Amino acid sequence: MPKLHSVAELQEFRAEILASRDLAKPCIAVCAGAACDGMDSAAVAAAFLAEMDKQKLGGKLEVRTTGCHGYCEKGPNVVVTPGEICYFEVQPTDVAEVVAATLKGEVVDRLVYKDPNTGAQAVHMSEVPFYKHQMRLLMGDNPKIDPMRIDDYLAVGGYAALVKALTEMTPVQVLDEVKKANLRGRGGGGFPAGSKWETTRNAPEKTKYVIVNGHEGESAAFMDRAMLTGNPHKILEGLIIGAYAIGAQKGFMYTRHDMPLLEKHVRNALVQAKEYGLLGENILGSGFDFECELHFDVGIFVSGESSALMRSIEGNPPEPRPKYIRTSVSGIWDKPSNLNNVETWANVPQIISKGADWFTSIGSEKSKGTKLISLSGNVVNSGIVEVPMGTPLRTLAFDIGGGVRDGKTLKAIHFGGAMGGSIPADLIDAPLDFDGMSKLGAPIGAGGLLLMDEDTDMIEVARYLLDFLVNESCGKCAPCREGMPQMLHILTNMTQGKGKAGDLERLEDLAEVTGLGSLCALGKTSADPLKSMLRYFKPEYEARIVNIAGGSGT
Amino acid sequence: MCERDIDDIIEKYRGQPSSLIHALVEIQHANHWLPREVMHQVADALEVPFSQVMQIASFYKAFSLTPKGRHEVHVCTGMTCHLRGAAKLQAMVEELTGLKDGETDAESRFTFETGACLGSCSIGPELIVDGKHYGRMTPEKVEEVLKRYE
Amino acid sequence: MSEIILTIDDKEVKATAGMTVLQAAQQAGIVIPTLCHHEKLEAFGGCRLCIVEVEVRGWTNYVVSCLYPVAKDIVVRTRSEKVDKIRKVIVEELMAHAPDAPELVKLAEVYGANRDRFERQQSFCIVCGLCVRYCNEVKQKNAVGFIDNGAEREISFIPEIAKNECWECQECFALCPTSYAQAAYLLTEALAFPGERKATDHVSRAPEPTRRVIPLIPVAAAT
Repeated sequence: MPKLHSVAELQEFRAEILASRDLAKPCIAVCAGAACDGMDSAAVAAAFLAEMDKQKLGGKLEVRTTGCHGYCEKGPNVVVTPGEICYFEVQPTDVAEVVAATLKGEVVDRLVYKDPNTGAQAVHMSEVPFYKHQMRLLMGDNPKIDPMRIDDYLAVGGYAALVKALTEMTPVQVLDEVKKANLRGRGGGGFPAGSKWETTRNAPEKTKYVIVNGHEGESAAFMDRAMLTGNPHKILEGLIIGAYAIGAQKGFMYTRHDMPLLEKHVRNALVQAKEYGLLGENILGSGFDFECELHFDVGIFVSGESSALMRSIEGNPPEPRPKYIRTSVSGIWDKPSNLNNVETWANVPQIISKGADWFTSIGSEKSKGTKLISLSGNVVNSGIVEVPMGTPLRTLAFDIGGGVRDGKTLKAIHFGGAMGGSIPADLIDAPLDFDGMSKLGAPIGAGGLLLMDEDTDMIEVARYLLDFLVNESCGKCAPCREGMPQMLHILTNMTQGKGKAGDLERLEDLAEVTGLGSLCALGKTSADPLKSMLRYFKPEYEARIVNIAGGSGT
Repeated sequence: MCERDIDDIIEKYRGQPSSLIHALVEIQHANHWLPREVMHQVADALEVPFSQVMQIASFYKAFSLTPKGRHEVHVCTGMTCHLRGAAKLQAMVEELTGLKDGETDAESRFTFETGACLGSCSIGPELIVDGKHYGRMTPEKVEEVLKRYE
Repeated sequence: MSEIILTIDDKEVKATAGMTVLQAAQQAGIVIPTLCHHEKLEAFGGCRLCIVEVEVRGWTNYVVSCLYPVAKDIVVRTRSEKVDKIRKVIVEELMAHAPDAPELVKLAEVYGANRDRFERQQSFCIVCGLCVRYCNEVKQKNAVGFIDNGAEREISFIPEIAKNECWECQECFALCPTSYAQAAYLLTEALAFPGERKATDHVSRAPEPTRRVIPLIPVAAAT
């Protein structure tokens, strides 16, 4: 492992890697994302390697285990280059056939995509409907990279943005570019990252920190873990660039404790980056020093809240602080700390490489760039999807998602997990947009989009989400600690046929007070799903009371 | 899990109050639970009040204050799994093991837990035993899976 | 120390930089109800009763006055329809645990709270944290702490420490708005170290409880 002391050495090394790779040599990429792994893609990868060994194909073929391709529904996923031929639901027993076909430049028909209605085949990624409608700026590299090999990331142009930032731009210029790009936080807040960076940069303390929030507690959101597991260097590169712009000397990657593969890949990435001289002292001879540590949560949702997360890094219980004590000014150990979500950091390298003007050409007026969406629920094609902001939800649900499973009709779309909201199916043409979706009462949040079919009980959904939050509350403030269980109690009664007169009025009061009085976003938004239900699905709620109380209504 | 390993972990973090969570995570991982005696040792070595160790250990669900079983059985109750019928799966596990969420049986065979989304929503509802995913589960398949674990 | 002028309830109030809105109000003789606040302890922001409306640059927010710093030209309202509603509901929520706690009963009168509005769970502790924080910050003994999270959060006396410290001190008992702290200590003693408390005499040391001033203006008169 060479240590790269200068940009010239990095460029040379990258050229060597590219020269040593034969682009004509077929490569079989086996997805090891969470769902594919859960369907034993490891056995598929092992079978490919065994076949390679058996036939002594080392010089003729390459097999690579990669991060998440995105089409989780149809895993185990395999992509064969050249041609980006997509094979789905691949089993170890299919391996010999795939290898034989690949060597001959042919395709295994029975494993390619077939339209469920017409039977029409789509062989190449650009033809498969699921992929066709996406703009995979962040996810696109995943099938090309083995996350344990930094060289793979370098081969696709990785760390070129860091080079540009360190050699051609001053920290302030980097900051200005990110501001100009109007990169908004992808973790749920939608807050302009550039402004946050600037506040941290301008804070008087010299010691500053940058943090990657990889906690991803939002239920049904799984894109951050996929990005961190599949391409950890992209996030690391974004973080180093951000640290340079802000003037931070140390970074923290904060993620979950319950995913061994994620831990392995991120640890390895940090070690490799350090070995190559991309982390540590005098990075690439620029004079910029930066270290990064890995921290884990210990199994509670609230530790994904930025101020609580910082307490956790300090070794304290994850109790959030009120937002008017800005963590950009006083965060970890009261030092200025800039926290951003995994996806936010992942966007930084391309903004620097291709410029803010390019970035702002994608998306809608106030929401720029692409967004990763975890598509799930009662949807045909679940997985991780990347589309430009402004894309109508219809495209996500139907063109990409394939509509509702089991031939049912769509009733509602839910965004933002337990802190978001549901909108009825007739709003399906709304565009994916931070502010627009917030106004409708279903803020994008981290991007977990669920389709709910006609059989969904909207009172039960609200009850379920509150049940989740009740367990995740830290318990410090009364409105959240007391209000949520009381709302849960009423909703549980309603689902069990025990709704009584006055229930809706108490729910509304509790929702209002919990929203206004709670200390942090968990409590403040805990009643938002319920509020959206009462906004769009009130008759369903009222029916529960009327039926039970024998017609006496609220 | 021998005492020496716990001692080694504590020594590694001696005098570092901010490493409290790291220390407890490592001990939990190695020992599968946090005995009270050990928590006192951690409090003394890392120079934090015992009440803080206790608060952290009881706050986070990753820590166990009672010994866990040989096998951890987990039913995902994230939103997608919930919509796809996780509650029925949970009920079946409860029936077959006699355990409710968070409990361990008397022979220390299974510890049953439900909890948050593990990110493999596309193969929900899921049963995860000792980290191994059993996706697209139905209540009928549960017994056969559990039988594999002594 | 720089002087800051703000408006509280239409009154011009002079405060100094670094003060909280609660401190500025108290200094000006304006009463804001509190429960988890104590002048010897760091402000906690847990009970949320001291919540007030703050208008800054045209934006109205609801913040807890015990923590919110004074700033130039902010407009604070300590009573309004929404503020009163928040306090009323919080009191109703807390009364589900301790319906007869004197301070809650007084607040219920002022804000028109109904002690029976929500599902009862008479655990008595309202998790104000006064005992835990007092033992941590003032006595520095950490004989009592919080355990668990969310609605399960409760105080817990640590037998190993409590048996040597608590009977000789007893100072947190008087701070407790619901008398739960004393009951929790005695229960812990009975279960974990009966007859083993360190006590030089058998006299109760709990000082006379200091009653915080709760405004007795009935709701109707306040609007």
